[in-house]
Amino acid sequence: MFYKKENSVTAIENISLTIEDGEFVCLVGPSGCGKTTLLRILAGLENQSSGDFTIEKTDQNRPNQSMVFQERGILPWLTVEENVAFGLNMRHLSKSFIKERTTYFLNKVGLSKFAKMYPKELSGGMKQRVSIARAFANDSEILLMDEPFGALDEQNKYILQEELLSIWSETKKTVLFITHSIDEALYLSDRVLLMSAQPGKIVSEINIDLPRPRKLEDIRTDPEMTSKFIEIWNHLQVEVQGSRL
Amino acid sequence: MKDLKNPVETEQHEWRRQQLQQRLKTWLTIFSPVCLLLVWQFLSQSGLIDARFFPPPTAIVSTFIELLTSGELFQHINISLFRIIAGFLLGVIPGIIIGLCMGLYAPIRHFISPLIMALMPIPTLALLPLILIIFGIGEVSKVVTIAGSVFFPVVINTVAGVISIDKIYLDVAKNYGASRKDFFLKIALPGSLPFMLEGIQMGQAIALLTIVAAEMMGANSGIGYLIWTSYSAFLLKEMFVGLILISFFGYIFSLLIRGLQKKLLPWR
Repeated sequence: MFYKKENSVTAIENISLTIEDGEFVCLVGPSGCGKTTLLRILAGLENQSSGDFTIEKTDQNRPNQSMVFQERGILPWLTVEENVAFGLNMRHLSKSFIKERTTYFLNKVGLSKFAKMYPKELSGGMKQRVSIARAFANDSEILLMDEPFGALDEQNKYILQEELLSIWSETKKTVLFITHSIDEALYLSDRVLLMSAQPGKIVSEINIDLPRPRKLEDIRTDPEMTSKFIEIWNHLQVEVQGSRL
Repeated sequence: MKDLKNPVETEQHEWRRQQLQQRLKTWLTIFSPVCLLLVWQFLSQSGLIDARFFPPPTAIVSTFIELLTSGELFQHINISLFRIIAGFLLGVIPGIIIGLCMGLYAPIRHFISPLIMALMPIPTLALLPLILIIFGIGEVSKVVTIAGSVFFPVVINTVAGVISIDKIYLDVAKNYGASRKDFFLKIALPGSLPFMLEGIQMGQAIALLTIVAAEMMGANSGIGYLIWTSYSAFLLKEMFVGLILISFFGYIFSLLIRGLQKKLLPWR
């Protein structure tokens, strides 16, 4: 994937990156650095003023991308089941296929019992599970996640991260995940991309070669991870300080 | 220590107290109209208010039964209900369609909304003479009058409903590749439904207001006609029967639409 942008009120510029098939990449940067803008362009929700990107198809029938939104991303007038099936329904696939996939992913995120309920009856964590199940069920080439766990409390966040990794390792999807939490980035990804403050650029990348399956404790105890944490932390500090001036 | 009671008992006590309160509220709701009727009956029979102008409720009920058995009342009710329902549908359906189009497409909205803003303040009844000229004195003119007054609250609420749909849902639809038709049916329609139904509820109330006035002015049947001719002939008992019928239908229609709201909006 390749992407570039220059603008008068430049949100992001000179971004060039390649993501491998099946890779889990986290994009970390100070708030307002254009992470979301980049993701929205890839999601086809915003047009870039210049530059280009390509998503290589492994299968012609697959959609390019599916997005997991920050919060409130599930439709309140559809049941949990209908929400998970939303992408598949929009593609007008066969009823039995949709049913099968929906059931499978509902099961994966542990929401089978809640299939007929409406989102108003769900907790924040459960809503994000629906959102994740919907994205995975759509079986697109790349999943774009925009701080999906940002609004959750610590315990819920950890549980959902674990679940996400488990579904990911099973489906081998390519994921581009935005976060401002360093722990989250270290725990989830194969590679962390660091972005600078406005205009957003990718300033460095850090490979995370901690073997999977990982535990959150490893991130805290492993000396290499600690030094990576500090590296990212220092970078963010500098960026935030810099943008204040 | 006497305060240390069995927790189950405490809870049961609390539950019973709540039940009692609930029942009390129901009784109060039933009690108020009954109370009004009793006071009315008393005042009218004791001569404290003039029974010629305010006949006692019992007399109204017997007139009601008379009219009912003669079959005259059914005719009036039938024709009025037909006008209300036909006019209501003729106002609501275009209201929803135009409202959705206006909400979804900004150019249409900017083109039509000044027309709506300009026409809305004119009471449809003030247009009745014009409507009679255009549509004649038949049924069509009454139906059109009602449709005209129902249309505005529905269209305005539908536009507001579409505009109130959270932008993130539009993003979701776009991201998952919703077609124009799917977008219309799966996002715009359900998303604006809560507001739309509020508009329909208002429209229903306005339809009743309009039917009575329209039948008073240009009709020879219907509940409004019954009220007006009874009044002119000083048959006040018959007039009260008409008034109470209107109140009754208003209540039933509100209940029906509340029920519809519950049915159509299980997600609220």
